[in-house]
Amino acid sequence: MNSLIPLFVIVPLGSAFLMAILGRFIKGFGKFLTSFGLLFLTGLSLYFIFNSQGTLVYKVGGFEASAGIPVAIYMVIDGLSKLLLLIIALIGFLSAFYSISYTKQYTAERKFYILFCLMIAGMNGIVISGDIFNMYVFLEIAAIASYALVAFGVEKEQLEASFKYQVLGGVASLLILMSIGFIYWQTGTLNIADISTQLPTSGAFIKFVSILFIVGFGLKAAIFPFHSWLPDAHSSAPSPISAMLSGVLIKAIGIYVIFRLFFNMFPISYEIAMTITILGTLSMLIGVLLAIGQWDVKRLLAYHSISQMGYVILGVGIGMVVLSKGGDKTIAAFSILGGLYHLINHSAFKALLFLNAGAVEYRTGTRNLKRLGGISQKMPVTSATSFGAAMAISGIPPFNGFFSKLIIIIAAVQAKFYLLAFFAVFVSIVTLASFLKVQKYTFSGKLKPAWEKIKEVPFSMAFSMIILAGLCLVLSLLVIPGIRDIVLKPAVDVLLNTIQYTTTVLGK
Amino acid sequence: MKGMTIIVKKITQIMAPIIFLFGIYIIVHGHLTPGGGFAGGVIMAGAFILLILSDGSILSSLRKEESGLEFLESAAIMGFLIIAGIGLLISGTSVFFINFLEKGTVGKLISAGVIPIENIVVGAEVCAAVSTIFIALVVFKDEVSK
Repeated sequence: MNSLIPLFVIVPLGSAFLMAILGRFIKGFGKFLTSFGLLFLTGLSLYFIFNSQGTLVYKVGGFEASAGIPVAIYMVIDGLSKLLLLIIALIGFLSAFYSISYTKQYTAERKFYILFCLMIAGMNGIVISGDIFNMYVFLEIAAIASYALVAFGVEKEQLEASFKYQVLGGVASLLILMSIGFIYWQTGTLNIADISTQLPTSGAFIKFVSILFIVGFGLKAAIFPFHSWLPDAHSSAPSPISAMLSGVLIKAIGIYVIFRLFFNMFPISYEIAMTITILGTLSMLIGVLLAIGQWDVKRLLAYHSISQMGYVILGVGIGMVVLSKGGDKTIAAFSILGGLYHLINHSAFKALLFLNAGAVEYRTGTRNLKRLGGISQKMPVTSATSFGAAMAISGIPPFNGFFSKLIIIIAAVQAKFYLLAFFAVFVSIVTLASFLKVQKYTFSGKLKPAWEKIKEVPFSMAFSMIILAGLCLVLSLLVIPGIRDIVLKPAVDVLLNTIQYTTTVLGK
Repeated sequence: MKGMTIIVKKITQIMAPIIFLFGIYIIVHGHLTPGGGFAGGVIMAGAFILLILSDGSILSSLRKEESGLEFLESAAIMGFLIIAGIGLLISGTSVFFINFLEKGTVGKLISAGVIPIENIVVGAEVCAAVSTIFIALVVFKDEVSK
């Protein structure tokens, strides 16, 4: 089974360049190859989740470690990576399938799918890489593809958003590269597991590098106060790309790497854990307060991404604080479980919300809430799925968002963070308010005369939206202990047993 | 884009093939001497860029060049991926990027298994990519100044 691991990079990378060669001769080659490739990856990641136990390590080029020092580039798949791989492949497939109809408005469809596949290859590479420099290389592949995709419509505001994203993304990449350089200078190795054995356990060096990493990956993950590029970039991109950026990219290249490095590479310290938790809480609060006043529907959704990512960081951060104080491990496990569960849920409902916004824009040509109204009569599928997603993000049972938020809030109370628990409840209520606003101004009310002639969206768009709406309900099942143990528990264990990663990867 | 004087043109015409050959030399000796696919590819692209700069060029022919180069670039990357992927398919080891050919004697031109082949592919890819970037900048400048 180990030999299947490189396929996560080979398949998207190969299809991207196959499209570049064959796509110009065969019409429609790109759309179908992207969808098939991602469907295959979805199957592969499900196969890994249900059929493999523990951590799988793959050495590229077959170089064995000599005298205990890892030489090859390592690819590591453990519980957390499997979860991220499934999210990337599944949301990627649904977005690609949605794009089949959506991209008809663009002239350079082939390039759209090439960039899409490159972005997937980059994200998969980050998630399976066990080597900090390769992580950086794949991060740049994903980031540069996403810069180009944000600017894909080549209109004024899209180019401006892409430029802003590139400047801040460039700063982030520079900081990340600098801290990787510092780590290499101090330890003489780039393998994450090996670094964790070489790093000093405390001191100024660790704090300095940690702060550089938090700023660098915080910029990529759009944590407050590094969030200013996200509302522009995510709202100007084509809608399937917005769904990918908000639903997957900020998790794979930002949040995942922060969790991986601060749990499995750096020694856990109370100060860093508190910093991460406080930044998460601030993003949660400020994101939602900025969101509620927006009238551009995609901009509103983009601010909510910042806020919902705050929940994820809050959940995992509380777990980290409890671990660093040597507290009760079950509380830490519960809290981390809530964070990771919310990460999965967010990718489902936020992708769906962006696809809904794209469907509305596809038919009406506007994203301004004040100009829309009453279109639920004309677009029943979009309206129904959008209602489900809005309920899921605001935490109404029986949708998935309710359970993950509940777990985070209970864990915060158990860990005696009463204020943070209160904030989590408060943000959930404000989220509900802002989504009721979206529902009211977009779908309910009287049909405006301008929208008398619109129709429901084509099949491929409707299909993706219905599947995602189904997922918003089905993912609630993850709270049931039997299912939770298969999908979520391995990921929680990776973060909980911080040293186990090093020992299994190095094979000691 | 306008060309330069006859002196520059003539000297470039003599120099460009030599620079091009030097690029090829750097690429094929990648596993023996400093340099390799990337450095050699940049030198080869340098020969093209010199010719375009000195002789001048018409926008429409540059566009044609660009699409050809794009094809070469993608084909080279595919080639690299296929060479790496063959390692995954053949023999019982199934390791990505494994060096599956005979290693040969150290210091001989034909040795080191797949590394020289990979160097050649990387050279083609870098040459195409650097030339594409140059041509894209020229096309952009011409379109803006219009």
